[in-house]
Amino acid sequence: MKKFFSSALWHGLLWQAIGWALGASFVTLIRVLMGLKPFATFGFTEPAWVFGGLVGALSFLGGSGVLTDWFKWAKGEETHENHQDPDGWEKFINISLDHKVIGIQYTMAALLLLVVGGIFSLIFRTELASHGLQFLSLQWYNTLMSLHGIVMIIGILLGISGVINYIVPLLIGAHDMAFPRLNAFSYWLAPPAAILLLSSMALGGFDTGWTGYPPLSVRAPVGMQMFFLGVIVAGWSSVLSALNVIATVLRMRAKGMTAFRLPIFVWAAIATSIIALTATQEIGLSFQLVMFQRLFGMGFFDPAKGGDPILFQHLFWFYSHPAVYVFILPGLGIISELLPVFVRKPLFGYRWIAMSSLGIALVGFLVWAHHMYTSGMNEYLRVPFMYSTLLVAVPTGVKFFSWVATIWRGKVTGPYPTAFLFVLGGIVVFLMGGLSGPPNATVATDLHLQDTYWIVGHFHDTLFGGYVLPFFAAIYFWFPKATGRRMNEALGRLHFWLMTPSFIVLTLLMMRIGLLGMRRRIADYDPSLGFDPYHLVMTIAAFIIALSVLIFFINFFRSITKGEPATGNVWNSRSPEWQVPSPMPAHNYEQPFEVVGEPYDYGLADSVYVKFAEKKTGGRN
Amino acid sequence: MRHFVIVGVLVILVAALTYVGLNYMHLMPAEASAQSIPVDWLWNLDIDVISFLLALIIVPIAYSLVVFRRKKGDATDAEHIEGNTSLEITWTIIPLIVVLVFAYLGAYTLGEINVVDPSANEIQVKAIQWAWSFTYPEGFTSKELHLPVNKQVVLKMESGDVIHSFWVPEFRIKQDVLPGRVTDYRITPILIGNYMVRCAELCGASHSYMTAPVIVSSQADYDAWIAAQKASVASAGQTPEGRGGQLATSLGCRGCHTIDGSKLIGPSWQGLYGSQVTLSDGTTVTANDAYLIESISNPSAKIVKGFETAAPMPKFDLTDVQIQDLVAYIATLK
Repeated sequence: MKKFFSSALWHGLLWQAIGWALGASFVTLIRVLMGLKPFATFGFTEPAWVFGGLVGALSFLGGSGVLTDWFKWAKGEETHENHQDPDGWEKFINISLDHKVIGIQYTMAALLLLVVGGIFSLIFRTELASHGLQFLSLQWYNTLMSLHGIVMIIGILLGISGVINYIVPLLIGAHDMAFPRLNAFSYWLAPPAAILLLSSMALGGFDTGWTGYPPLSVRAPVGMQMFFLGVIVAGWSSVLSALNVIATVLRMRAKGMTAFRLPIFVWAAIATSIIALTATQEIGLSFQLVMFQRLFGMGFFDPAKGGDPILFQHLFWFYSHPAVYVFILPGLGIISELLPVFVRKPLFGYRWIAMSSLGIALVGFLVWAHHMYTSGMNEYLRVPFMYSTLLVAVPTGVKFFSWVATIWRGKVTGPYPTAFLFVLGGIVVFLMGGLSGPPNATVATDLHLQDTYWIVGHFHDTLFGGYVLPFFAAIYFWFPKATGRRMNEALGRLHFWLMTPSFIVLTLLMMRIGLLGMRRRIADYDPSLGFDPYHLVMTIAAFIIALSVLIFFINFFRSITKGEPATGNVWNSRSPEWQVPSPMPAHNYEQPFEVVGEPYDYGLADSVYVKFAEKKTGGRN
Repeated sequence: MRHFVIVGVLVILVAALTYVGLNYMHLMPAEASAQSIPVDWLWNLDIDVISFLLALIIVPIAYSLVVFRRKKGDATDAEHIEGNTSLEITWTIIPLIVVLVFAYLGAYTLGEINVVDPSANEIQVKAIQWAWSFTYPEGFTSKELHLPVNKQVVLKMESGDVIHSFWVPEFRIKQDVLPGRVTDYRITPILIGNYMVRCAELCGASHSYMTAPVIVSSQADYDAWIAAQKASVASAGQTPEGRGGQLATSLGCRGCHTIDGSKLIGPSWQGLYGSQVTLSDGTTVTANDAYLIESISNPSAKIVKGFETAAPMPKFDLTDVQIQDLVAYIATLK
């Protein structure tokens, strides 16, 4: 406990609260001097809450100490080049500059948000188990549904950063990320962002879904503003961490690691970072405009003042569609990275898979208005967006066919390792998401499907198959690298076999009732539609998924100390990080390596991917 | 070679079974509009391709995992196959052609859906949180949408507040309803029956309940309904409470205020007139003319206890006579 109260996390939280109160009081004081109403429904007025929230987030950064080195530099003071972390668990709640520690921090924060977002969904899933309102009010239903969306999205972004941060420098042979302090800064933006998002619950919630469309978002309670602020702060984190990943991969690769000898996951990380770096600003901007419309009465999206609500949708989706590729490209990269290790065959069509990631990232920028076929935008615009949207199927298809060819004639050792099960599950569930996509892309069919449970089923499949299952695969796969121990395989398999079939049932039923008339985002449904039994089964499936996640956590925390020791190359992988003992030392490879072969030449005798430099003998041996 | 033949046969078998199974399930609701026919045609084509692609990916993976699994005592790696450029080109070009064909068909069916009948009836649709109202060419407003079968109608839709979306699942088509702009919804009902329009765009607390009946009937029944409505409107228009009742419908008041005592987002009007109302600050007032007039013209002046909602009642631009008509109507609801 003492360690917690002296941690950067605790100091940050404390300062966030203080900054929040000071900022809000400052605005209130000015309002008093100006003769405006100082207090409103939720204590402070809306401008006070917003300014306070912003000051609070900045205070968190100051209080946690993540800015300290930069302040020192500004004053001309020296800082240690090599940061030393403490040995215990407390390094994970303190500022660290080690990409591996930051990667684990991201991953733990992602898992925490996954649990929070999951609990939200369990609450309203239970509410939906039968028609009528059971225990939630309409406003609470909408708030929990909206928060489920955004908390999961932020959780996914953190999870991606976690895997990328941990593994990319190891894969390319770098001793750290290009900008370690910026890396820490990006991570430490996440906790205040999460606090801001969750604080919306105390300020009336918000009832717009994570899409925040005006004019509804202009009328929502103050909680809406906390949602906007939270997303803006989290987006900041995403932009900076993408910048860091791109710089790291461009500048810090091992000798001989040319573009087409990069591990395939690095290609996915690059593609996803390009999107995150260039598109995230758009969602921040669109939310900021609504924020200003609320605070200052600016009429950006108010038709009465010459504004246009559809403009918001364009701005919003210009980020938020590419964002789904930010979520899935790293997941697909994990699938491509792990498949060859388990099937003991080269990755089929390496260059095609690498280029398909870039292809998806590029085409992904040209499809945003397919979310708006029914919105009332210019009717003829729908046709070019239909063409561009369907084009995404081509590079996605290349990935699927290449995976099939990689698995074909592969020799997998049974019983399947848990990580391989999750890779397979990811392929199957993402395939379901992919195949339910084209009917949404063609305008005529989308006019029926838009805003129904069909869409809910579709995108849950893409995100679960494209992110959640590969994320678990990555955790089971690289857990020994981080801890020197393996996670329990029996519990891992139980986790998989409870989670994946339940999830498939859940989303298939979503699609089924969506086609028959179940709209998305409704707190209650018409009993005459006969959906009650479907919803009951879906609720049961959701609880089985929750149980499987609980089993995962038991396995995870137990294995840190009690797992079977695994310090060697447990997966018999060719990848450089497995050629050195686990857990990885603080500054990664003691000897630099040189790339001398192809990354996935499994089955080729005497071929190696990397060769480590001879150990220097400096006088003593 | 043998393996490819077996997998090929299995793919066709699984694709066919998937297709038959999906069709057997009747995935779509009834086809109640001329526009639903091209939509369902394209949908069925989608189902063909989905069934085939599902089999094409799943079957070889499953087959390979079973047939080529590692045999006991074998510690060697699998065959070193790096790739095959012609295969990669094949599975780039063929999907490219397929998606271009689908995009063309999508545009073509969209054209069929949008075919305009110049003699189409025009009905004005007003959406507000959380009610639909329909104004007919004959000059009256109803909470129900009545349509004659086999006759195209164009709905001229506008929202009074946030974005809503007009969706009748059996018609297949969906169109958002925007503030400050009129959007069109063109439909030709082909199946007599009772349906529901359900708001499909999240529009706030009572979004789930924003529905209205849609009745498709024969031309004769439709004409009879129109005539009956016109007659009742004419007689109701004679009295203040009659006019007030019509206003309550056309303005959408009843989307939030019931007349049967049940609770929606706003207080019910049943038995309201003359009763003691407890306000959110704990005081009580009598619901007399003055209170009701104030509550209509300035909704946030006094909030009833238990109705401190996130979305306050909007202000309506009404004349004094209209407000008095509404009060007279509320007074009749004992």
